[in-house]
Amino acid sequence: MKKLTQSILILFFIASWSTANAQTGDVLIKNATVITITDGTLENTDILVRDGKINRIGTKLNAPNGVDEIDGTGKFVMPGIIDAHSHIAGSSINEGTSQVTAEVSMEDVVNPLDVAIYRALAGGVTSIHLMHGSANVIGGRNETLKLRYGSTNPDDLRFEDAPRTIKFALGENPTRGGRSRGIQPQSRMGVEAMLRNSFSEALIYQKEWAAYNEKRGDRRTPPEYSLRMETLVDILEGEILVHCHSYRADEIYMLMKVFSDFGIEKLTFQHANEAYKVAPELAEFGASASIFSDWWAYKLEVYYSTAYNAAILTKNGVNTSINSDSGELIRHLFHEAAKSQKYGQLSDNEALAMITMNPAKQLGIDNRVGSIEVGKDADLAIFDNHPLSIYAVPLMTFIDGIKYFDKETDVKDQRIYINPESSIEEVKILTAEDHDRCMQDADYVDFFTLFNN
Amino acid sequence: MKKVFIQLLIFCFIPLVVFGQLTEDPRKARTAKFALTNAKIYTVTNGVIENGTIIITNGIIEAVGANIAIPSDAEVINYNGREIYPGMIDSGTQLGLSEIGSVAEANDFREFGDITPHMQALTAVNPNSEAIPVTRISGVTTTLTFPRGGVLPGTAATINLFGYTPDQMFAGSKGVIMNFPSNRRGRRQTQEQADKARIKALEDVNAAWDKAEIYAKVQGSPDARYYPEMDALAEVVNGEMMLYLEANSAADILSAIEWIQDRGYENVVFTGVAEGWRVAEQLAEANIPVIAGPVLSTPTRDSDAYYTAYANPGIMQNAGVKVALRTGDTENSRNLPYNAGFAAAYGMGREEALKAITINAAEIMGIGDQLGSIEVGKKANLFVSTGDPFETATQIIDVYIDGYQIPMRSRQTDLYDEFLNRTPGLNKTKIITDGQ
Repeated sequence: MKKLTQSILILFFIASWSTANAQTGDVLIKNATVITITDGTLENTDILVRDGKINRIGTKLNAPNGVDEIDGTGKFVMPGIIDAHSHIAGSSINEGTSQVTAEVSMEDVVNPLDVAIYRALAGGVTSIHLMHGSANVIGGRNETLKLRYGSTNPDDLRFEDAPRTIKFALGENPTRGGRSRGIQPQSRMGVEAMLRNSFSEALIYQKEWAAYNEKRGDRRTPPEYSLRMETLVDILEGEILVHCHSYRADEIYMLMKVFSDFGIEKLTFQHANEAYKVAPELAEFGASASIFSDWWAYKLEVYYSTAYNAAILTKNGVNTSINSDSGELIRHLFHEAAKSQKYGQLSDNEALAMITMNPAKQLGIDNRVGSIEVGKDADLAIFDNHPLSIYAVPLMTFIDGIKYFDKETDVKDQRIYINPESSIEEVKILTAEDHDRCMQDADYVDFFTLFNN
Repeated sequence: MKKVFIQLLIFCFIPLVVFGQLTEDPRKARTAKFALTNAKIYTVTNGVIENGTIIITNGIIEAVGANIAIPSDAEVINYNGREIYPGMIDSGTQLGLSEIGSVAEANDFREFGDITPHMQALTAVNPNSEAIPVTRISGVTTTLTFPRGGVLPGTAATINLFGYTPDQMFAGSKGVIMNFPSNRRGRRQTQEQADKARIKALEDVNAAWDKAEIYAKVQGSPDARYYPEMDALAEVVNGEMMLYLEANSAADILSAIEWIQDRGYENVVFTGVAEGWRVAEQLAEANIPVIAGPVLSTPTRDSDAYYTAYANPGIMQNAGVKVALRTGDTENSRNLPYNAGFAAAYGMGREEALKAITINAAEIMGIGDQLGSIEVGKKANLFVSTGDPFETATQIIDVYIDGYQIPMRSRQTDLYDEFLNRTPGLNKTKIITDGQ
C-alpha cells in the first residue's frame, strides 16, 4: 500500500512537473491567407488552435467558448520562422580550451533574459538553434529553443524532445586557434587528422565499454568514463546531429569523406559559403546546408562566395536553410529568404521553406514545427503583407498557441532584468565592423589573450 | 565560279564577325548615343513618366519625356514597359578601400594616427575591387567612400562605380570625416574612464581646429609653413570643404550641434545619427542634413523598441530633417534598396525613401546638379528594373553609369553560371563499367 501511494505521488509529481513548463494556448485565426509550406497557400482560410496545437484548417470555423478570435482579413499567416544558427540567448559561446570539447553543452548557458529574444519574436521567429562557437574542431553541443520570452527559467525555453546536436568547425577559425597556441591544427590537413583521430579513439572507447558491459558479472574495473568520448560515440551511433561550421568546398568535401568512412549520416553544413561548388556531392550524401543569404568578403575563406548559393543548392536538390548567426539579421529572416528571389528567382514556397521546413528538418524537429498542418505545434507568424515583400511588417507571433508578440500592444521597453547598479544605460552603435565582429566574437577565441592573461 | 564567289564572301565575312564579337565583349562596358524607349521613368524630381524616352549623349541625359524625337544616330533600346530609376547612391561605405575584412593587407581605410584629415580615400580606391561589379549590377551606381579610425581619419570621396582609375570614378564631391568624441562607454571602460577619455579627445580635437582656424588666416603668407593636416582642415574652416561629422548617441548629437554652432562651420553633414529620432526637432531646427544608417540595425539601447533603427530615418524626415541613407557596409552596399525599403515600411514612405538614396544624397554631397534624378543635363547614372527596386524579387536588367552601359555580371553571377549545372557533375568519366 505504501509503495502504491509512493508511486502515485511520484506519478503525480512527474505529471505536474511536465505540465508546469508546457504552457499552451487556444486561438482562432479567421479569413487569412495561410502559407502552409507543405500544402500550398490557402486564401480566406481559418486556423483553429487548441491546447497549443493546430487543430483544424478550413473555412467558416467557429470559435469554441472562451477561445479568442483574430481577424486575419488581408493578412498572411506563415509557420513560425526557425533560425538554424543563432547565438542570442547564450551567456557564453565558445569553450576554447581544447580543440575537442564535445563534453560541454549550450544547455548550461541559456540566458532567457536576453532582449534579443523579443526582437527575434518581433521578426516572426519562434525557434532557434543556439549554437556553440567555432573556435575548435569539435565544439560543444548546441541547444534548440523555443523563444518563450518572459520567463526567467532557462528550462521554459527548451524545445522539448528536440534531438541533440553538436557543433564542429573547419577552416580558418580552428586553424587560427592552432597557430596562436602552437598546436594542431594549423592547416586543413590537421583538421582532417584531428577528426579521424577523435572518431578512431571513440571507436576504441566504444569497444572497451561494449566488452566490459558484455561480462559485467566478473567484477573487473570498468573503463574510464569520459563524457567527451560518450558524446563522440553517440555521434557514431547517429543519436547526435552534426552541424559543422565550414566555408570552403574542399573542407566540406573532406568532412563528407570522413563521415562516410565512419558511417555518420546526419550532417548539416553551417555557413557553407562554397557549398554551391559541391552541390551534387552534398545532394548525394544527403547533407544539408544552412547558409547566409548574401554575406561574403569578411574573411579570406568567404571571398569566393556568391549570393546565388541558396539557388544553386536548392536547384541541385540540397536541403537548404537561411540562417542569421546575428542578433540583427534574425529580426528579418523573411527578408533574408526573399533575397533568394533576387539571386536565382526561387519560388515563394522555396524561399519560405528555407526559414521554416528546411531548418526544421536540419534540427530534426520537422514532426513538430516548420509548416502549418493539423497536429503540429501552433507556432505561427502573422504579417500585414506577403512575408517576402520588403513592406511586410510582422504583426503577431505565436508559440504553442500563446501570443508572445503583438505589434498593437507592443511595449517599448522589453527588458526582463534591469541592472540596478547601472544608472546610465549603455548606448551601443552597430557598425559594419561590429556586424562582422558579432560573428567573429561568437566564432573565435583569442587564444593569445586567453593563455597570456 | 559560283563557289569561289561564295568562298570570297565568307572570307570577307569572317573578319567582320570576329570583329563584331570583339566589340561586344560581354566583359566590357560600352557607350553610344542611346535612346531608351518605352519605359516607365521615375525621375524622382519631376514625377513618373509613363511610356517615356531618355536620350543619352556623351554620358549626359540630353532629353527625357513622353514625346521625345529619337535622333537618327541613336541606338534605340526598347524597354517594353520596364522601369527606369536614377542610380542609387549609398552615402557611406568603404567600397574600394576594403577587399577582405579580416585580412589587414587588404584594408586601406585606416591610417596611423588620430588626426590625419589629409588622408585621401580616393587615392586608395581600387577600381577593380570585386565588390564594385557586385554592387553596381544591383543598381547602386554611386557611393560615398570614407576612411575610418581616429577623430579625424581622412577625407571621403564620392565615386561612381565604373572607371579604371580613381579619377575616372570620382563623382565630384569630397568631405573631411570627423568622428565626434563620444560619451559612449567602451567594452572594458567605466563611465568615469569614458567621460575622461571623451574630454581628452575633445580637447585634442579642439586644439587641432583652433590651430586650423589660425592656419586658415595666415595660409598663403610667405612665412607660413606647410602643414598637410592643417591644410585639409583649413578648407573646412573656409567653408570650401564639407565636414562629415559622425555622431550617434543623442547626447553626442546635441553636443555636436552646439560644437559646430560655436565654431560657425556651415558646410556640415551629420552621419550615423543612430539616435537622431530622439533629437529630431533639434536637428531640424539647426538645419543640419543627415546621412543615416544602416537602417537594418539593432536599437542602440536595450530599453528601446525593437523597430527604432527602422523608424529612425522616417522620424527625422517627418520632423523636417533632410535625410540620406547609407549601408555603412562595403561588400554588401548592394543592400541599399532594402535599407530604404525598411525605412519606407516603418514610417518614411516609399517616395521619401527613394529620395533618400537618390536626390537627397546628391544634394547633401553638393552634387545635386549632376546626380540623383533623371533630368536633362544630369549625368546618365540610371538603372532599368522589372519593378519596384525595394522589392527583393525585382530584377535589375541594365545599369548605366556616366552613359556607359555596364556589363550585367560580377564574379557572383559568373559563379552562378558556372556552378548551377556543374560539368562534370558527380561523375567525371561518364563511361560506366560493370556497375562499379
